[in-house]
Amino acid sequence: MAIQLEFLQSIPYFSGLGPAELHSIEKLIFEKTAERGEIVLLEGEPADGLYFVASGVVKVFKTSAEGKEQILHIVRPGESFNDVPVFDGGSNPASAQAMGPVTLYGIRKSNVETVLRDYPQVALNVIRVLADKVRHLVSLVEDLSFKHVIGRVAKILLEQAGDGKSPGPRLTQQEMAGMAGTAREVVGRSLKALEEQGAVRLDRHRIVITDKEALKEIIEAPS
Amino acid sequence: MPVIAPEKCNGCGLCVSVCYCHALIMVDNIVTIIEIEDCGWCTQCEAVCPTGAISCAFEIVIEEH
Ligand code: SF4
Ligand code: SF4
Repeated sequence: MAIQLEFLQSIPYFSGLGPAELHSIEKLIFEKTAERGEIVLLEGEPADGLYFVASGVVKVFKTSAEGKEQILHIVRPGESFNDVPVFDGGSNPASAQAMGPVTLYGIRKSNVETVLRDYPQVALNVIRVLADKVRHLVSLVEDLSFKHVIGRVAKILLEQAGDGKSPGPRLTQQEMAGMAGTAREVVGRSLKALEEQGAVRLDRHRIVITDKEALKEIIEAPS
Repeated sequence: MPVIAPEKCNGCGLCVSVCYCHALIMVDNIVTIIEIEDCGWCTQCEAVCPTGAISCAFEIVIEEH
């Protein structure tokens, strides 16, 4: 295994550490690979360690009792996941799946404790990383717990729909998120919810409004 | 097909790694899209792009009964 020190240095967890310190941390790292679609962590299982994405992308998500999925984080190279259980001793709070072929660097829980004890700088970095994650999750919770986001997405669809003669503007989920004042993950889920309620149909690159009246009702529903 | 803004692409290749239909290829460190029927508009390439260089836009239409 060839772990690049420059790569380790670029990981927010290890910023500010010198080559000698990174070298000793490197010895504690194990490598893991996964193929597209492979589940790398399962929600509720005991946590074995902390992971960093070395290459590829991992999605961290929760699944509801009805099997609905909510993406919490898209984890890109240099970023970490499964931090929480490593620090609080609980089980994995969410599942993680490889979105394509991925390489992960892991550090076992007991070794994370060693690193924190030996390198207080890492503890400071961890606080910053966790604070960022909390901020992201708080805004996600806010949007997911208020029904009006679905209403806002419904309103955008109705306002932006082409009239049949001239096509309307084409919008990405990112743009809809910007217009609705929410995160892209919430738009994805809102579109699925609208489809389940029979108001729209997702037809590849088209969102077909199949029931205009139902959409209006959703917009007017008190939140 | 999804649209690339080449000036925003940093060549990280994350979109290529998640696309299941091989519609995205790297040419001179910039992603290029090839026309492929199998693209299911999953929008994962857009979701993973750190720089917002890929867009999978939706056309919104009303179905008349
Ligand atoms: S939308 Fe999905 S299938 Fe189409 S190019 Fe993007 S990742 Fe590939
Ligand atoms: S994910 Fe975005 S920045 Fe990276 S190669 Fe693809 S288009 Fe370029």
